[in-house]
Amino acid sequence: MSLMNRIITLNEVAGILVCQSGCILENLDDLLAEKGLMMPLDLGAKGSCHIGGNASTNAGGLRLLRYGSLHGSILGLEVVLADGTVLDCLSTMRKDNTGYDLKQLFIGAEGTLGVVTAVSILTPPRPKCVNVALMGCVDFSQVQNVYLTAKKYLGEILSAVEFFDEGSSQLVKRQLGLQNPLEACPFYVLIETSGSNEKHDQEKLDSCLEYLLSHKIIEDGTVATDQTKIKLLWGLRENITEALVKDGVTYKYDISLPLEYLYDLVEIMQHRLKGVAKYTIGYGHVGDGNLHLNIVGETHSNELLNEIEPFVFEWTAQHKGSISAEHGLGFKKAKYIHYSKTPEAVQLMTKLKSLFDPKGILNPYKMLPQR
Amino acid sequence: HIKKMALRALVGCKRVIDYAVKIRVKPDKMGVVTEGVKHSMNPFDEIALEEAVRMKEKKLVSEIVAVSCGPTACQETLRTALAMGADRAVHVEVNGEDYDNLQPLAVSKIFAKLVQQEKADLLFLGKQAIDGDCNQTGQMVASLLDWPQATFTSKIDKEGDSLKIIREVDGGLEHIEVKIPVVITADLRLNEPRYATLPNIMKAKKKPMAKYTPADFEVDISPRLKIISVEDPPVRQAGSKVENVDELIEKLKGAGVI
Repeated sequence: MSLMNRIITLNEVAGILVCQSGCILENLDDLLAEKGLMMPLDLGAKGSCHIGGNASTNAGGLRLLRYGSLHGSILGLEVVLADGTVLDCLSTMRKDNTGYDLKQLFIGAEGTLGVVTAVSILTPPRPKCVNVALMGCVDFSQVQNVYLTAKKYLGEILSAVEFFDEGSSQLVKRQLGLQNPLEACPFYVLIETSGSNEKHDQEKLDSCLEYLLSHKIIEDGTVATDQTKIKLLWGLRENITEALVKDGVTYKYDISLPLEYLYDLVEIMQHRLKGVAKYTIGYGHVGDGNLHLNIVGETHSNELLNEIEPFVFEWTAQHKGSISAEHGLGFKKAKYIHYSKTPEAVQLMTKLKSLFDPKGILNPYKMLPQR
Repeated sequence: HIKKMALRALVGCKRVIDYAVKIRVKPDKMGVVTEGVKHSMNPFDEIALEEAVRMKEKKLVSEIVAVSCGPTACQETLRTALAMGADRAVHVEVNGEDYDNLQPLAVSKIFAKLVQQEKADLLFLGKQAIDGDCNQTGQMVASLLDWPQATFTSKIDKEGDSLKIIREVDGGLEHIEVKIPVVITADLRLNEPRYATLPNIMKAKKKPMAKYTPADFEVDISPRLKIISVEDPPVRQAGSKVENVDELIEKLKGAGVI
């Protein structure tokens, strides 16, 4: 797949890119940067992930808040089906209501219905002006307040709202030496704005921050004044995953929950796993209601695993969340699909799978529970 | 020069194209594209300012005045300086073509006049600006004022009426002692500048900013150097990957290297 890395066409006026699925996300973004455009998604693995894989996994990432999910930004796909048919749904039209929108089935299907070989995707204009602010909050309700205020004051220029807890901040300091410029706080919120007018964006950000500070919604905060500082502040959030790898055995859960319960699960697990796990931390995409719950143990332990699963999934199901917000089900979570989808839905999915792949050769054992 | 217990520091803060931005040469080859490009404070000036703020926190300096010469947008840079800990700011307005042609000698003359006007004891500057890379202003101001200079500093300690300085030089580190008043230029390892925190960013909006023009200091800013052309460095020749040792030897023989 990495050999299929050609750009097919780029329409700069409409902002539509058509390319083969082996193109690496970061390379595409760098190329588009020259034209004042950008890819509508960004994730930690951008230096190595293929756009075809992004499509098949319906990758989320840091900018979903602003540019939406791939279900909206992908205009077309070329897919090879199980019987070798090359299905050309590689439309470059923004609007096309002719028949069933087949490409939507393949987006997020984890390669179980067909292999994506080419992608047609929207390329929004690259922002001329990016600002990043990091803030400290005393509790999670303040974090929610920050998000609400940010939406009100920053509106259309808001491009990311991320949070991480004190445990995460201490972790990146401990393992990677990354220093948080703020005083110790239970929660940190990182906000990014992307716009076309520096003066306009700065004014909006200033009034938002002034409001947050004067109404004591935040305890402390800082604004990055240059590109280097922007990278450093983002680094505090983006490097948590790497720091976790170095700190012990991590049990990772990627959960969607209603915003008001988003952090409750972390506190419940911290309490539940006292003495069994080293620690539990939480961080994620506040704006998307997506928590990355991480539990760290000294060694692999079935005792610890049994305390976590299926409790985490049951709790999530009870609160009408998703047991896999963006990471998908794959092999490990296929059997847990019923925590987030009804039996009728799963039955229909199984029927579709049989229709597309009667011999079961496309990514077997993944995504759907085995019969 | 009146002796004072606590010192007043003047800090030069130049607004330059952000360090992380990819520079493009203008089509007319007379300069680089600055329109719509992200600008920030010269990193070495930030380090100089941070040093002044640390000295203030140690009560060695009583007041810090941040200075910037250039168009109105320089006031942004000065607001950042105020947020980092400067007490007040001075903006010397120079616009358009005058600014494109503003060179270190003219800036040095302006700074020398300001130092005298503000009765400063210390002038902090970055060792050089990352756009011009001239590394001249600090030295020229010291000469105009007949002050000692401590350039490329990586450590500063106060002892009585003097400063004990460590400078980074080609052969290693040089230890010198300079009497105050003095011009200091900051090198990379002097310190790591702080982030401006929100409460300080808010306070900075209310700190005073005075405005002048070069004419107020009777300084002639006409250029002494003329830019003939600005070009990209030559494109690096691509290397090639070889599949195995035999191919490597073949290529090396072909290049006449072995």
